[in-house]
Amino acid sequence: MAAITIAEVSKIYHGNVEAVKSVSIDIEDGEFIVLVGPSGCGKSTLLRMVAGLETISKGTVTIGSRVINDVDPAERDIAMVFQNYALYPHMTVYDNLAYGLKNRKTPKAEIDARVAEAARMLEIEPYLSRKPRALSGGQRQRVAMGRAIVRKPAAFLFDEPLSNLDAKLRVSMRGEIKRLQKRLGTTSLYVTHDQLEAMTLADRLVVLNGGRIEQIGRPLDVYHRPASTFVASFIGSPAMNLVKGQIEGGSLQIGLYRIELGGRAPVEGPVTVGLRAEDLKLAGVGEDAMLFQVDYVEELGAQRLVHGTIEGQALTIALSPETPLSGDLAVTIAVDRLHFFSPETGKRLERGTSFVSDAPAQTLRLETAS
Amino acid sequence: MTTATDLLPASRGGTGTKTGGRRFGAFRFFGGQSNSGGEGAAKRVQFSSPFLPYLFLAPQLAIIFIFFYWPSVQAIQSSFYLEDPFGFGSTFVGMTNYTDVLKSGEYLGIARFTAVFTALVTFFALSIGLLLAVKADGVIRGNAAYKTLLIWVYAIAPPVAGLIGMMFFDQHIGPIVELARWFGWDIKVGLNYFDTAFSMVVVSVWKQIPYNFIFFLSGLQGIPVSVREAAAIDCRSGFRRFWTVILPLLAPTAFFLLIINVTYALFDTFGVIDVMVKDKAANNPITLVYKVYMDGFRGNDLGGSSAQSVILMLIVFVLTIFQFRFIERRVHYN
Repeated sequence: MAAITIAEVSKIYHGNVEAVKSVSIDIEDGEFIVLVGPSGCGKSTLLRMVAGLETISKGTVTIGSRVINDVDPAERDIAMVFQNYALYPHMTVYDNLAYGLKNRKTPKAEIDARVAEAARMLEIEPYLSRKPRALSGGQRQRVAMGRAIVRKPAAFLFDEPLSNLDAKLRVSMRGEIKRLQKRLGTTSLYVTHDQLEAMTLADRLVVLNGGRIEQIGRPLDVYHRPASTFVASFIGSPAMNLVKGQIEGGSLQIGLYRIELGGRAPVEGPVTVGLRAEDLKLAGVGEDAMLFQVDYVEELGAQRLVHGTIEGQALTIALSPETPLSGDLAVTIAVDRLHFFSPETGKRLERGTSFVSDAPAQTLRLETAS
Repeated sequence: MTTATDLLPASRGGTGTKTGGRRFGAFRFFGGQSNSGGEGAAKRVQFSSPFLPYLFLAPQLAIIFIFFYWPSVQAIQSSFYLEDPFGFGSTFVGMTNYTDVLKSGEYLGIARFTAVFTALVTFFALSIGLLLAVKADGVIRGNAAYKTLLIWVYAIAPPVAGLIGMMFFDQHIGPIVELARWFGWDIKVGLNYFDTAFSMVVVSVWKQIPYNFIFFLSGLQGIPVSVREAAAIDCRSGFRRFWTVILPLLAPTAFFLLIINVTYALFDTFGVIDVMVKDKAANNPITLVYKVYMDGFRGNDLGGSSAQSVILMLIVFVLTIFQFRFIERRVHYN
């Protein structure tokens, strides 16, 4: 168990390609941190630098109280779970688990005890004498986890460990990883491109884009207050709707519609407006509403995703499947559910701090501009 | 030189069949790593006429029978006869050719030398090839040029490579001879028994290294990077990692190469030996294959020569069974 400090770490490949750009993360002891981002965002590179599989071009990584920049991977007191499991195909499951301990001159009795314990925890006891090729994908995944557990390292590093599993198994293994990590209390760094996995597993999320950190925060904070349009469109499914708007004189204008912001507009001028699919509601009779032209509908069972346009800008709305659909819809949104981003930088624009405290939930007030 | 080799019906027949069979078997191991097996079953072709498949197989079968089985059968047959050197007839002599050969001290001496020679060539060709492959695999920058330099010997024609190898030991211009002279060792290829044996081994190994290098390198590159990385986290010592993870995963390649190298040392070194001992004084080391050629075509003793090639065939047969039974068992295939 140990805290991990990543301080201004960069990775520069030859040809001056900067894959990771001055990233700093403070990970507390026992914390579960998920690095999430699209492919090529540098999340795996960052993890591999912590593991020692890539050299650190700039900055320092500290595990516990030790700077491990120049420490051999085997001496860093970390264990890694790989995407394709990376089991030793010529060894039995038992030997796969025991290999790391044997090389560290652990006494035989201790190895036996630890392997037995890990095998019991992961329910792989019946397969200890089998070779990896005689195991299913899920069982291999468990063995890979077991290999990390038996070492009792200061930190677990997970490199997209679930992406080779089928969807159903992925969900159950996700739960199991979370449970194991809570039980063992081992600091964990987990890489994934799957935002759902990131949301469900993380104590804190680190959203990476193009080698930089876009946002660090608890999953719900990131979801409710995305720091940029990138985070907004990456976290949450369906992705947050982003439409172009204009703030003039304290009211927001989207196409022909004008929305009163109650005097708490963040800026004047053009903005990018973020609307979560589930925050858009059907307008009641007599309520001010925007015309939503339905394009097509995706039925998900528990909810129904309606894709369409408002004033020519594409949006998705999540509706309950009970809602009757007939042609175009009249939709509305609570003003405090609107997110604003700068159209140039994509950064979040905060409205006045007084907004939440004194304003009653504002409903949309629309006027059709003439 | 090449025509002489081709004229050895029995031994070529013997080796040809053996290597043919083994190559087929060996490549099956490599095929197993790709998923070609599953596809084959799905693409089963139905023939309307039962003769059509045989017709398709006929050319291959004809080649096997005409060039491999027929000469082998002929060799077995003539090994029981005493042939007249001038071709006027032959007499059935039963096992006499065999007993003569096996009782001959000279033959047993050559057999001993062949065993030592094969062991040395196989060992050094494999281990140096492996060492170079491991080192080349670790090279990060400029590895293409490095690999090409190591492979080029294999890309040039074997007789030319053999001649270049022989030049190293040339009495007047050979760099190895000159190097040895510095250390006070006067190498006399074709005159001194040990010197000749030494240069034979060196040239044979030198010719075979690129072949082993290519296979070991591709074998090494077939080991998943993540398995190596997992090992790097599990085991600090690179040397220990090599013995416990890399080498076991290379075993299929190594086993295939072991068989190929033994066959190479036994049979395909004929050209090297021929260039070194031809027209030289009598007491030079030769291998069993060269002895077959000497007795059959220099000594005109076709019966004895055939008996020897049948013995060689049996040796290869036993060796192959041994290798598959006792060594392949320890090999792990993915």
